[in-house]
Amino acid sequence: MDLIGLVGFNVLVGIGTIALITVGLGVIYGMMKIINLAHGEFMMLGAYATYVSTSHGINIWIAMIIIAPLFVGLVGLVVERCLIRFLYGRMIDTMLATWGLSLGLIGLMTSIFGNDPRGVATPVGSFSIGHYAASLYGVVIIVVALLSLAGLYAMLRFTRYGLIVRATMQNANMAAALGVAPPTIYMSTFALGAALAGLAGGILAPISGVSPVMGSAFIAKAFITVLGGGAAIVTGTSLASALFGFINIIVSFKSTPVIGEVALLVAAVVMIRILPQGITGRFLRRSL
Amino acid sequence: MKLKTLPRPRQDAGWGGAIATVVGGLVILFGMPMVTGTFGLLQVTVFAALAIFALAQGFIWGFGGILCFGQSAFLGLGGYAYAIGAMNMTDTTGAVALAVIVPMIFAAGLGYFMFYGRISDAYIGVITLTVTIILFNLINSTSGDIYHIGAAPLGGFNGIPSVPPLNIPGNPDDQLDPTGLWYCAMGALILCYILLKWVLATRFGRVVVAIRENETRAQLLGYDPRLFKLLTFVIGAGISGVAGCLYTNWGAFISPTVFSLTMSAQVIIYVLVGGLGTLIGPILGAVAIQYLITLAGGQHVIDPNLMLGIVLVAFVLLVPQGVAPVIRGSVRRLMPSRSVATPAQAEVSQGASQ
Repeated sequence: MDLIGLVGFNVLVGIGTIALITVGLGVIYGMMKIINLAHGEFMMLGAYATYVSTSHGINIWIAMIIIAPLFVGLVGLVVERCLIRFLYGRMIDTMLATWGLSLGLIGLMTSIFGNDPRGVATPVGSFSIGHYAASLYGVVIIVVALLSLAGLYAMLRFTRYGLIVRATMQNANMAAALGVAPPTIYMSTFALGAALAGLAGGILAPISGVSPVMGSAFIAKAFITVLGGGAAIVTGTSLASALFGFINIIVSFKSTPVIGEVALLVAAVVMIRILPQGITGRFLRRSL
Repeated sequence: MKLKTLPRPRQDAGWGGAIATVVGGLVILFGMPMVTGTFGLLQVTVFAALAIFALAQGFIWGFGGILCFGQSAFLGLGGYAYAIGAMNMTDTTGAVALAVIVPMIFAAGLGYFMFYGRISDAYIGVITLTVTIILFNLINSTSGDIYHIGAAPLGGFNGIPSVPPLNIPGNPDDQLDPTGLWYCAMGALILCYILLKWVLATRFGRVVVAIRENETRAQLLGYDPRLFKLLTFVIGAGISGVAGCLYTNWGAFISPTVFSLTMSAQVIIYVLVGGLGTLIGPILGAVAIQYLITLAGGQHVIDPNLMLGIVLVAFVLLVPQGVAPVIRGSVRRLMPSRSVATPAQAEVSQGASQ
């Protein structure tokens, strides 16, 4: 019974982690049909922002939840203005350009901070499930993932900005005819996606360690989950994270984490064959 | 009344360029050992191996229209298949066959799910990329004595050292020295070039290009794009496997870094810089970029990743069609019609630019 509780908790943490690392990518993909291959590096920047702020004595919660997303959001803004904006409508070229950006950021951070991984201390302890100990930080991950998904949903569903964003997403020309400036919306959406990536990087920094190549540990899962989820950002991300997180953690529990990732990938490839448009391409099409 | 004749499509003149390229390749093949020592020869050997790799990517991307972001998966599988085969068999000929067949089988399985699922180009890019990352993690986690295939330990992150070199088929004691390996690698490059030129000239190749141009139209004409794309993908994987085999031979060593994202990005950059939709472009791109990386690695001024990233972004923004088509275009602007340039000159100029 204790073991079931522990595995259940781990499954929830796994789902939360996947949702957290995917939501930023999902915003950019769902809104602008751009696959941001530099997503992992945006997370890496968020982690470095957290590391640098905490080593300058700033409270770790402020560093993770405020500084990391703000910093990476600003980086996203600059990237959109200097790079992405010239490539709208050229999906393949955007992928190549963001890949170049990803390599460039890895190289840049290696030049500045060196190759060695840095650590950020975990701010909370552990609690017990029966006679197993589980990290309380898992709860933090679940809560942050839930809050970011809920916040995104509320923003898209209830605010004026969300309405404009959804309109631009559906038909950019019509939105422009009604007085919205799509370039501004795209710019802010890209920055929002980058900020969410930064948040994920900041939150995961204490668990994964901080190094220039840490992004590649996450992006495989994030890409697969976005494709598996389909066009609807919040629903797709949640459903696909739940499915893949469950498979990943259960298989990891039975074997090794790497085999768990392989199982996740196999499940995703088979699912792409059945549902090429992702889960929300077939079901719940009108959802957000 | 005199009718104006339309210029004939360029396709017909392509053979002159191809022949010139092969002749140039043969000159390099036999000339290189005379002008450089063993060290230089080793360096150009790895250039040749990576040029074969670039050729595979240039074929499936530039002609097949398949955007594979994880071509290094096949390079790595080929390299590992060769290493494992060579350590288990006394004769390496079987290992070479394995290095070609294993990536092809893997590509056939992966390609079935991707192409028959009819997913878009971007999704293919993402899935191939993900497969490569996961292969990297998988091989990385195989350190320890329990992970071995036959007599070959997989070695995890440390890779497989002291892989036996190629030998003359049927004679395991007659192993290739660096000069022999150079002839082998450059010869394989020339053969792969000829093979792909031939494939593109056949009916199959023309259908592949037609599908790249307009998939729906090709399908309405009765061709199954899924099958043709799958076959293109498998051919590309086989050629990447050859490159992997040579790459392993070059250092007598293989490690999971062949699966790394940098490797996949490099091959994309070779093709993009050299020129999409040409066969000579990727080869030249591979040599040029690899030379730059060697230079950057030796000088420690700029991080190789940073340099690759800048090159990739710059080319996507400024020269998206690559160098070879730009040169070809400007040469053709300088020599607009056949009557001005004699046929011999035209052939040479195409050979130089193609």
